Amino acid sequence: MSLSYAECTARERLALLLDAGSFHEWLPPSERLTSPHLAQLGVPCAFDDGVAIGRATLAGRTVFVAAQEGAFMGGGVGEVHGAKLVGLLQRALRDRPTAVLLLAESGGVRLHEANAGLIAVSEVMRSVLDVRAAGIPVITLIGGANGCFGGMGIVARCTDYIVMSDSGRLAMSGPEVIEASFGVEEFDSRDRALVWRTTGGKHRWLTGDCDELVEDDVQAFREAAICALSAAKPVTSALLETEHALLSARLRDMPPPSDDLDDAMALWQRLGVADAQRIPDIDVAAMHALRVATEAQR
Amino acid sequence: MSIPAGLEILDFSFPGQRIADTFAPVLVGVVGSGNLEVMLESAAGDDCTVRIETSARGFEPIWRAVLADFHERHPLGGIRISINDMGATPAVVGLRLGQAVAELPGASS
Repeated sequence: MSLSYAECTARERLALLLDAGSFHEWLPPSERLTSPHLAQLGVPCAFDDGVAIGRATLAGRTVFVAAQEGAFMGGGVGEVHGAKLVGLLQRALRDRPTAVLLLAESGGVRLHEANAGLIAVSEVMRSVLDVRAAGIPVITLIGGANGCFGGMGIVARCTDYIVMSDSGRLAMSGPEVIEASFGVEEFDSRDRALVWRTTGGKHRWLTGDCDELVEDDVQAFREAAICALSAAKPVTSALLETEHALLSARLRDMPPPSDDLDDAMALWQRLGVADAQRIPDIDVAAMHALRVATEAQR
Repeated sequence: MSIPAGLEILDFSFPGQRIADTFAPVLVGVVGSGNLEVMLESAAGDDCTVRIETSARGFEPIWRAVLADFHERHPLGGIRISINDMGATPAVVGLRLGQAVAELPGASS
């Protein structure tokens, strides 16, 4: 039976994605390691500060894992939440699991905690790069309703491998932030089709920002995560050159404004996707077939 | 009547009749809008104590009624209930409490 990854809570994802019963939580809710900032603002805290961390097995191999709860403060990274992520990553340096999985669902820094949250996110980035440098892959799964934005969007792109569903979203500034900064003519945040065309899983996969595209299904995420266990991409100068080439190519391919196609569709067309208008309507299997066809053409 | 800014913290205690065996903590629900999390833990003594932190101030009589109703259905003792609430309705609170009890070891589900 298919079960929506987006509809699950963070803890349900941990229970269903990892080997059954294998998750061992560190700093569980009963420790009451809660935010020192929220109560002053009249906001209730959560016993786990919106993230569960621990160790588990995935297809029998030891992994460290963190799952962010999007329903609590939009998955925002506060001081404690961030410290739990950093602690998990630093422990991975010591214990050397097969991989670290980040089940990311976050709007980025939890603004209530301001600088403490910003510093926390920068520490998470540094720790991700340390773990990668030690040869342990960090794998990000994105499929929650809140997407993966702001600082966590950057963290995701600092990891080795990203798995997204079609309904998952990944970006730096969220739709409302872009509209507030540049006006509704630039970006209409209420245009949901536009939001998914520019931040959704299909777009990220076509442009190479994510490595695997799956259906919104817990088992599909599990299988993709198992495949990703051996997908370490050590940060070398060659890798950085490739990444820079990808970004330069994207700037070069970025189409001029057109009345016929919107920016995202015009970009897909330039990437060699025939029938770019069809993309929002097709399923993941058809997307995979499309990429095979596109790569064969090249 | 002016309600001070900030969270409201409420404490209740009920005399338990069915003393729970020691169990690992149970957590259900999420602190999201209109939702709450409920944690059950083993505690010394025979009482059922409840602590609530809520962003919706001024609803103590309703909490008391919902909890009294819950305790009538599940007169547990030796148990500590901790709740973080973000404006859940009484019906949601009742369902979450029932869900938490259903996850206790030995609960018939």
